[in-house]
Amino acid sequence: MNKDVSIKVCMGTGGIAAGGVEVMSTFEKALASVGIKAAVQKNCSMHKVGCRGFCARDVLVDVIIDGTKSTYQYIKPDMVERIVQEHVVGGAPIGDWLVTDDYHTFHDKQVKVVLSDCGEVDPEDIDSYLGRGGYEAVKKVLTTMTPQETIDVIKASGLRGRGGAGFPTAVKWDMAIKATGPKKYLICNADEGDPGAFMDRSVVEGNPHAVIEGMIIGAYAIGAPHGYVYIRAEYPLAVERLHLAIKQAKERGYLGKNILGKGLDFMIKVKLGAGAFVCGEETALIASIEGKRGQPKAKPPFPVQKGLWGYPTIINNVETLANVPYIIRKGASWYAAMGTEKSKGTKVFALTGKILNSGLIEVPMGIPLKEVIYDIGGGIENGKKLKAVQTGGPSGGCIPANMVDTTLDYESLSKVGSIMGSGGMVVLDETDCMVNVAKYFLQFTQSESCGKCIPCRVGTKRLLEILTRITEGKGREGDIELLESLAADVKTSSLCGLGQSAPNPVLSTIRYYRDEYEAHIYEKRCPAGVCKDLLSYSILEEFCKGCTACTRVCPAGAIIGEKKKPHKIIQDICIKCGACFETCKFKAIKKG
Amino acid sequence: MANLTINGKQIIVPDGVTILDAARRNDIYIPTLCDDPRLEPHGGCRLCLIQVKGMPRPVTACTTPVTEGMEIETTNEQIERQRRTIVELLLSDHPNDCMICDKAGDCTLQELAYFYDIRSNRFVGERRQYTKKDQNPFIERDMEKCILCGKCVRVCDEIQGLGAIDVAGRGFTAKVSPAFEKDLNCEFCGQCVSICPTGALMGKQSVGKGRQKDVKEVETVCTYCGCGCNVTLHVSRNEVVRVTSRPDTINEGWLCVKGRFGYSFINIPARLTTPLIKKDGKFVPASWDEALDLIAEKLGAIKEKHGPDAIGGLSSARCTNEENYLFQKFIRAGIGTNNVDHCARY
Ligand SMILES: Cc1cc2nc3c(=O)[nH]c(=O)nc-3n(C[C@H](O)[C@H](O)[C@H](O)COP(=O)(O)O)c2cc1C
Ligand code: SF4
Ligand code: SF4
Ligand code: SF4
Ligand code: FES
Repeated sequence: MNKDVSIKVCMGTGGIAAGGVEVMSTFEKALASVGIKAAVQKNCSMHKVGCRGFCARDVLVDVIIDGTKSTYQYIKPDMVERIVQEHVVGGAPIGDWLVTDDYHTFHDKQVKVVLSDCGEVDPEDIDSYLGRGGYEAVKKVLTTMTPQETIDVIKASGLRGRGGAGFPTAVKWDMAIKATGPKKYLICNADEGDPGAFMDRSVVEGNPHAVIEGMIIGAYAIGAPHGYVYIRAEYPLAVERLHLAIKQAKERGYLGKNILGKGLDFMIKVKLGAGAFVCGEETALIASIEGKRGQPKAKPPFPVQKGLWGYPTIINNVETLANVPYIIRKGASWYAAMGTEKSKGTKVFALTGKILNSGLIEVPMGIPLKEVIYDIGGGIENGKKLKAVQTGGPSGGCIPANMVDTTLDYESLSKVGSIMGSGGMVVLDETDCMVNVAKYFLQFTQSESCGKCIPCRVGTKRLLEILTRITEGKGREGDIELLESLAADVKTSSLCGLGQSAPNPVLSTIRYYRDEYEAHIYEKRCPAGVCKDLLSYSILEEFCKGCTACTRVCPAGAIIGEKKKPHKIIQDICIKCGACFETCKFKAIKKG
Repeated sequence: MANLTINGKQIIVPDGVTILDAARRNDIYIPTLCDDPRLEPHGGCRLCLIQVKGMPRPVTACTTPVTEGMEIETTNEQIERQRRTIVELLLSDHPNDCMICDKAGDCTLQELAYFYDIRSNRFVGERRQYTKKDQNPFIERDMEKCILCGKCVRVCDEIQGLGAIDVAGRGFTAKVSPAFEKDLNCEFCGQCVSICPTGALMGKQSVGKGRQKDVKEVETVCTYCGCGCNVTLHVSRNEVVRVTSRPDTINEGWLCVKGRFGYSFINIPARLTTPLIKKDGKFVPASWDEALDLIAEKLGAIKEKHGPDAIGGLSSARCTNEENYLFQKFIRAGIGTNNVDHCARY
């Protein structure tokens, strides 16, 4: 038997965390051992692939035999032997371990551009990318298009920056092509500082060559001989793969001097960031590359006028750049056919929170939020009710459940008081307290404020303090109005986008959940049952069977009572951990 | 030249100046905390936010260059509300001890609090509290009073070229600090002290010696070297308690460690205040007339006996140019010899 066997093991960060490395080495060993007997080894290849989005099901493994692909989920090393024996050797896939239907619904409504090769190519092998049409766009641009024509294609595609603000990429490039001077720089922003975001990380880990190809095209378009990727040091795998990809691209003549013999010089340096959110802001990022403290500067001058080391500089997000080769290859009208009138193409989101299928998704712009939550996301975990969806991370806002018809495009999101941002999407259910959500984001922005300007450094601190006292039951009359007034001042008077958008989570939760704030302040009650200081647990005598289960789990020894008689919680001792509530089988414990 | 209007008033300013510059040239007041015309614009304190017609949000006057036809509004209800909030926020994180602060009466923050009439504060909350005091010999650093305007950091980098301090950390407790939060160990030029708008940086020798309103200012020239920096001696209760320099002087207000902090000798009891003449092996105080007569007599006698070349004169770089000129004139024309020199050479 001489089958063409290929095994693909998910080796994104999620895959590796779930044990991808061990799964892969077990496969190698198992195949080697049967290989001697069955001689399948010859045509068998093993690939590492990057993130395929469905992180909740890792480790995901594709077994492709003569072109027929079967995908396994939740694979552990001890399962490998059986797959090799029964499927690879025996030809019969193991039905129970294959991905279930929702794996397919998870993918059905997605449209993959940026992620189209993630999970398919081996990110550590340039040939794998080349085999799927990689670097064709660079060839096309260098051999058949002028820089201006290149920009025109991007303009016609309608591509807008994916780093947060949604600024049209072609307009930016147009400004750069007009800027004159001895040097220009193109920087790829891979700082990705939003808590919970892993879009850019997955792209760099899964398909670094697409980012590099996008940069080469950008460099050609604007005439920049020098490129930087600014990437956070906390992404070691992405950094490693990026270095490797740059090395390979250089060896093949896609980077360096006289690229493809077409006279273009372009080289990329990698600069590691130390993990400061504010360093994702353009002027702070530039300062950081220059070795200064990562602190924003007032604009003008804009980076395109006076950027890195004083030269005209363009900064683009990872996802923005990764879109570029596909647009060049498939054409502007193909890209512009996706999305809405003003928001074209697709957007990658990191779908997390109380959602069944969490993971990395790519959807066409303009898709209703509803479809993302219920069709792709598979609905809310544990059969709970959707409460809101938070988009845009610490700079964004909440979309309440009754507005799930909202479509995902720049305009609609800003209309409902949120933003697209870089693609964070956190699903909240009825057990999430909105004051607490606002507090969480303010904690983040406050600790990440660079401290340069007063409204942000002190203003976010005061916003956080007010939110904290509300969740602690110490809220005062007038606090909501004080929050609104301070939030408005911080928004308008802060220097950079961090401070200007930090109050958004507060304003958006007040806008839609004012009653929840009021319950905390005036009734000293947390309707979602989250804020510990506003909670108490008590035992409903009529339901308590005296089974003593709660007594045994209470870590504080706060529950007393004789066997078979109603128990009681001593409030002074109770630490409100909720262990009894989780344990009682008779619903005798009341939370509230 | 650019034509613009500020608060309806038509003005003409050179191209490229900032809106703040333009306003200052025309005596239009815009509050500032982090700006100093001698330093690069910073845009940190946000007090100078003004509204330019056609711009979506207020911009900082200190960083925004003027353009032809700009219509600027430096004050309106919203702008004043924001400024007030900013001052209130600063005060909410500031020790409330103006009554014992050396800077009182000369403090920009205090002045802003006064003009914005901030009596109570909506934002009372946690204050930064630092216990460590810096053991360096010259500069008292009270970082609880620091408003992070960044002027000290910029002056040290841009003017002094040293970069001895920078902001460290993030968030509420971001702090101006020497490397690794060690004690300050720099040139001690004190430019940072001179530029700090609050009581965060003070000369150690000045603390408790009298506030600005009790001080008599005496303009003079620094005697340490031939540069001739202009200095202002601050005299309180007949004692020099502080040395500063005005920005509109030849040295633009900058001094070195000697000029700024080397003044304690003035009040030291061992300092000579009259000439001394040695009589019977002992120095005895004398009047200037007595002393000069004695010198004239002795020099005259030496010249008579040995000729003028037996005499030489050495003077000091710590004298002014005029004094040194007169001295060489005296030696050359008065005594009649070319034996004259001083540490910086004629
Ligand atoms: C506080 C702050 C953090 C930011 N972080 C990022 C980031 O992590 N990645 C990113 O691409 N853009 C980030 N941005 C946006 C960038 O400043 C910039 O607009 C973007 O990189 C431009 O690329 P684009 O036009 O391709 O979107 C951030 C902005 C702010 C104000
Ligand atoms: S808004 Fe915040 S992060 Fe931005 S410059 Fe001001 S202090 Fe720094
Ligand atoms: S005294 Fe001079 S050298 Fe020292 S920190 Fe201040 S400005 Fe810098
Ligand atoms: S010490 Fe003074 S000059 Fe330096 S940042 Fe603080 S307030 Fe500004
Ligand atoms: S003076 Fe303009 S921001 Fe401080």
